[in-house]
Amino acid sequence: MYHFNMFMSGQSRLGRVLVTLLVLVSLMSGMTVSYAAYKAPETSAITIMPIDRAKFLIGQKFDFAIEVKTDSPAKAIEVTINGLAAETYFSKQAITKLDKMSTYRINEVAFPQAGKAVVAVTVTTAQGIEKRTVSYEITADKINKPAKNVILFIGDGMSLQARQIARILSKGITEGKYNDLLEMDKMSNLALITTSGNDSLVTDSANSASAYATGHKSTVNAMGVYADSTKDPFDDPKVENIIELAKRTRGMATGIVSTANITDATPAAMLAHTRKRSEQNFIAAEMLNPLHRPDVILGGGSRHFLPKSVPGSKRTDDRNLIEEFKGQGYAVATSKTELNKIGTPDKMLGLFQLDNMDVYVDREVTKNPAVLGNFTDQPTLMDMTKTAIATLSKNKNGFFLMVEGASIDKQLHTMDWQRAAYDTIEMDKAIGIAKEFAKKNADTLIVVVADHAHGASITGTYHELDGKTGREAVRIYADAGWPTFADADGDGFPDDPNPSVTLAVQFANHPDYYENYHFQEVPTAPAIMANGKAVANPKRAEQGGVLKEGNIPTSDPSEVHAADDVPLTAEGPGADYFKGIMDNTEVFYGIVRALGLDGRKSQK
Amino acid sequence: MTNLARRVSIITLIIVLAGLSLPLVEQDGTVPYEESSLFFSTAQAAPAWLPWFGEQATALDFSELYSGASPLGLELSPKLKNLEGKKVRISGFMAPPLKPTLSFFVLTKVPMSICPFCSTDADWPNDIVLVKLLQPVTALPFDRPITVTGQLEVGYQVDDETGFVSLVRIVADTIEEAN
Repeated sequence: MYHFNMFMSGQSRLGRVLVTLLVLVSLMSGMTVSYAAYKAPETSAITIMPIDRAKFLIGQKFDFAIEVKTDSPAKAIEVTINGLAAETYFSKQAITKLDKMSTYRINEVAFPQAGKAVVAVTVTTAQGIEKRTVSYEITADKINKPAKNVILFIGDGMSLQARQIARILSKGITEGKYNDLLEMDKMSNLALITTSGNDSLVTDSANSASAYATGHKSTVNAMGVYADSTKDPFDDPKVENIIELAKRTRGMATGIVSTANITDATPAAMLAHTRKRSEQNFIAAEMLNPLHRPDVILGGGSRHFLPKSVPGSKRTDDRNLIEEFKGQGYAVATSKTELNKIGTPDKMLGLFQLDNMDVYVDREVTKNPAVLGNFTDQPTLMDMTKTAIATLSKNKNGFFLMVEGASIDKQLHTMDWQRAAYDTIEMDKAIGIAKEFAKKNADTLIVVVADHAHGASITGTYHELDGKTGREAVRIYADAGWPTFADADGDGFPDDPNPSVTLAVQFANHPDYYENYHFQEVPTAPAIMANGKAVANPKRAEQGGVLKEGNIPTSDPSEVHAADDVPLTAEGPGADYFKGIMDNTEVFYGIVRALGLDGRKSQK
Repeated sequence: MTNLARRVSIITLIIVLAGLSLPLVEQDGTVPYEESSLFFSTAQAAPAWLPWFGEQATALDFSELYSGASPLGLELSPKLKNLEGKKVRISGFMAPPLKPTLSFFVLTKVPMSICPFCSTDADWPNDIVLVKLLQPVTALPFDRPITVTGQLEVGYQVDDETGFVSLVRIVADTIEEAN
């Protein structure tokens, strides 16, 4: 009672002291939460590559580079690592150029010890001194009994919603419970992955795949490098990637499989180093470089492998890379029939389209000759995955295989969610094949992840059974009920991509386009470029569409990537690493930890 | 006046008269473009006097360019090979130019959407025709089909300025809106 009165009156000196004490104690005991303050992004005159807070695998090779912009020419650049001159630390001479744009570079170095490294740069000019400090983390983390093999599945653009659309179409849902889950859903570990590169909130497929392949952030359109300020797309400071590490340190077999051009961003980032993903002729030739030559290469895009004399080639030289691969002992397949007969040679190159392979719906469901042309004998992603695993698993040192479901992204860009969903299911069935292998080979880690998201979301269902059309026929809440997809033959794919009640899938961003909510018999772009501006493609209006005004700049005629975090699922040795919310570079560290890779080791 | 000179002057007169009538002829169902047009003439049936100047253009379709395709390359169709160096006519869509002003553009079977991140600047379909122009491109209608008439060139060629690789080209005489 005494206390009560004291607080009520608030007059007693003792009371005031007690209250002050209480507040202090509560602050100190964590009853209140404080957050780290942060500043809006700012650019420094000193650019250090790798960037601040970069993480390295112990012994992982990289080029160390610094660029300094100053008003008057720099007189000196001094660089220390953990207090030691960088040249001494790395036992290597730096190449320094002093000017208003100064550079300092030491190529092919590595951190020999786990722990922290603090890089301090001091630049002297006539005006004074510029300083910058960054810190790095070097890891040697590995699991006790390392995995022999890692299979990394990348569903390009496969957001959480894309996975869910595929689950609804593939498995169906009854009274609110899914009849079954996808193969990629039924895995032991789940994490959410952030996707931004070091230059921008929104990533593209090159620098996101590069984060998985190297453990380092990169820049839109770049892979295996930190982007410097020069125009040359081949001079940027490199970081060693997973295929190089797997080959160099453990003599593992490596493979890349994709339904896109095999030189497209995602498969290319597993091995190549360039600022510019469109250098696909260069990337194709890099696949022959022994440093990162994959043993299994399966996908589309032969036009970057054929000499310019062959009609259909996109090369600008006379190199016939297919013949060069044959010279290196590669078995070559150019159709599903040939792939089925290839057996399990040690090395194989399979190119099944001049361009991107066709999508599952066109390849296997409609088989529309107007879409396929002469390419009527393309393998599925399941066929390619099965052959790749059979071949790579012959290596006693284990293997690293990356399999990409490439057109999930390409079809979401063109706002064709049905084609994207069938390709997601196709990749899921390929994951099923990998899981079968892992059942018999328990020392295999499987990781399934997207590289970025798209803004597609399920609003409900859509049907015109009561005569309503357009937005009035979008069924929401209780009116939505269930779509009428069915899979009578149990092949995992719905029999009809255009049932009477379909999903109402809507996009958070889009150019001007015509929406009719129906499946398109022939793939048709939502918008086309007219006089430098994206306009709605009139070909979609023919199908009874309603014009939707775009909400992104008219410079882009397609739906664009979303910055949303993406789901990752994993199973097998080392899968425990993947949990909670993780930076995309951590996918690499989860893989090298599982494989027990040590960059200090070398096979030769 | 010789016979030939008289014939030439009559043809010239007809061309001038045809040109005078242009503003009066409005196309049905098309939206007039406000930008300066590249069109050398509006759509109309091939003039009856055309054969007097030389050969008649042979109609070519996008589906007729190649007789075969595999990952090991495209097979040029016998029709395409026979028409090399001859006058042809083909209808399609103008793709967005690679640069604001270029003396060529790419003709495609369907309207093109170039997506800078899902596909690269090298990602063109196989069945494209490069159209060479006498004057640089300024403003183009991309969303309406056009018919290009001109001399057919076949074979690998790289544009020095852009590095663009082409296989089938037409040196354009006329570009018209397709019917």
